[in-house]
Amino acid sequence: MKPRAAVFKFASCDGCQLQFLNAEDELLKLAGQVDFVYFPEARSRALEGPYDIAFVEGSITTPDDARRIIKVREESHYLATIGACATAGGIQALRNWADVEQYRRVTYPSPEFISTLSTSTPISEHVRVDCEVWGCPVDQHQLLAVVRSLLSKARPVLPAYSVCMDCKRRGNVCVVVARGAPCLGPVTRTGCGALCPAFNRGCYGCFGPADDQNMESFARLLASQGVTGDDAVRRLRGINGYVRPWRETADAIAADKK
Amino acid sequence: MPSRRTKSRTIRVNYLTRAEGEAALRIHLRDGALIELRLEIFEPPRFFEAFLRGRDSREAPDLTARICGICPVAYQMSTVHAFEGLYGLTIDPAVRELRRLYLCGEWIESHALHIHMLAAPDFLGCDSIITLADRNREAVERGLRIKKIGNAIVAALGGRSVHPVGACIGGFTRVPRRDQLADLREQLLRVRDDAVECVRWVSHFDLPAVTRDIEFVSLRHPDEYPMNEGRMASSKGIDASPDAFDDFFEEHQVPYSNALHCKVKGRGPYFLGPLARVNLNLDRMGPEVTSVARETGIPWPNSNPYTGIVARALEVLYAIDEAVRVLDAYQPPPAPAASFEVRSGVGRAITEAPRGSLYHAFETNERGLIHSARIVPPTSQNQARIEADLRALAPDFIQRSLAEATHMCEVAIRNYDPCISCSTHFLKLEIERH
Repeated sequence: MKPRAAVFKFASCDGCQLQFLNAEDELLKLAGQVDFVYFPEARSRALEGPYDIAFVEGSITTPDDARRIIKVREESHYLATIGACATAGGIQALRNWADVEQYRRVTYPSPEFISTLSTSTPISEHVRVDCEVWGCPVDQHQLLAVVRSLLSKARPVLPAYSVCMDCKRRGNVCVVVARGAPCLGPVTRTGCGALCPAFNRGCYGCFGPADDQNMESFARLLASQGVTGDDAVRRLRGINGYVRPWRETADAIAADKK
Repeated sequence: MPSRRTKSRTIRVNYLTRAEGEAALRIHLRDGALIELRLEIFEPPRFFEAFLRGRDSREAPDLTARICGICPVAYQMSTVHAFEGLYGLTIDPAVRELRRLYLCGEWIESHALHIHMLAAPDFLGCDSIITLADRNREAVERGLRIKKIGNAIVAALGGRSVHPVGACIGGFTRVPRRDQLADLREQLLRVRDDAVECVRWVSHFDLPAVTRDIEFVSLRHPDEYPMNEGRMASSKGIDASPDAFDDFFEEHQVPYSNALHCKVKGRGPYFLGPLARVNLNLDRMGPEVTSVARETGIPWPNSNPYTGIVARALEVLYAIDEAVRVLDAYQPPPAPAASFEVRSGVGRAITEAPRGSLYHAFETNERGLIHSARIVPPTSQNQARIEADLRALAPDFIQRSLAEATHMCEVAIRNYDPCISCSTHFLKLEIERH
């Protein structure tokens, strides 16, 4: 029996689940190994749970979704979050520092029609998560590696060291050393293949915090580059801004300023 | 479920599948007459226009890309063009050409995705590309080959196909050398026959023959098929600069949807996307694509939304030819990006996303921080038009089973390749019949 897999969407851009469909060379093979019984973006027929593997994209931002994720967890033997939204709250977690009433008024002429929570939170704040796949978007090779591990009943292991390591391996010129460009690479988890430095720009943290990051030292590095105050806060409060180490550092810088 | 009290009936599609994002449809019929029809977009709002306030304009292309994982390039392009207008930048012609190539990549991958994975199963009685592959593996493999080259173009210029990193205000952070693009050219030439075959394949689908009164809207450019530049044009006479967007179009909110509706002021719904672009710009597609378009036997221009899938396939072919043209002529620009000074002001731009015109307007302060942002995605603009098409279908529902009616609605909606994540500000079908 092929494992029954499901892909669930919460507040997100669809880019992470798209990575399954973007696996052009492996898609039909993948479909031979895993039965995506619930994948609304790709399939009209939706089968009921329980599911062996649930891939969850998106963050929790509405009262309905806060209830729905609990049902998803109950129906799923193994639950993996895919992407920055599901794993860290996503870019939409910027509301967590703002007045959501004001956000509603800015975006909608009749804000009263809109049902939303005041926060955007990662799945792990609501239910137990078995595996977190980071990235904005998730890397297709990491995603398929997780699927292969699960098919062989092994626990998926993804690298958690910093972008700097892969940046060196790739032979990029360090944008911090050579150009003084602000770069989140030293504190960001690998997975993208050190793309931004290869494109002559600093990393902006799509893959969330590395395990071995030193935020205190990193804040000093930013300051030494002249990135302080609001500018430093903005750099940290990005795609994965709500994840604890980055949130705490940005909050401290913001408090210092006051 | 339909309630069969007296002659009343509700049709409800709780979750529109094979579309990007979350939406529902509710239709209420009494004695065969349509009482109410609403397309409910319940995709949760992410408040981009609100959190962009106070962010640095230079971060904006990375942030607006996150509105949509399917068409991040179009978001980046509308954003950078808006700021380039605001900062008074002149863009190097080679950069301009690379941006066309970049958008060609996105059109190819997004259109190939929609044709093969989302729409084709409707016409061939399948529930997904996987079951379609059991029936017609050749067509599916062909589609995947086409899609792959689109992704490869975007990755060549931006590092990856979803949320690429290379675009910035002024140009790109890195531009390729000519030799780095040679392989791309070879791959494009290999899928060109696939793209022609794809046009023939979709034009033989059993497409419903309808004609509707539709106002088609897209950009139009004096000498090329519209992508990143041009004037707003419509089949009912609009001809204006994108700066005048608000003079011609208005957004309003409906209580049942997280997406704002748009109308042409004083007229009504309008239609964006490949069919609008082909209808308004067939004379800019070049003789070879035009001749393939004529061979389909479908009249162009036409007012049948179901021919949208053929228009989409024609654009894939166009984008392949256009990409090859750009690659053949390519010489790297002197600098990857123009340098600039930030300033306060207002910038507006429209580019042609795969699903249609995408309008951005930004206001900055003197430090280049965003004071206000407005983003009007194509699906949100198409929403009222989708509802109008569904209303036109409603009289047929009376003799149909719930499953048939639902399928009809879904096919009609997919004509627009709705990208609900973008517009969340999108489908559940609920038809209530009395």
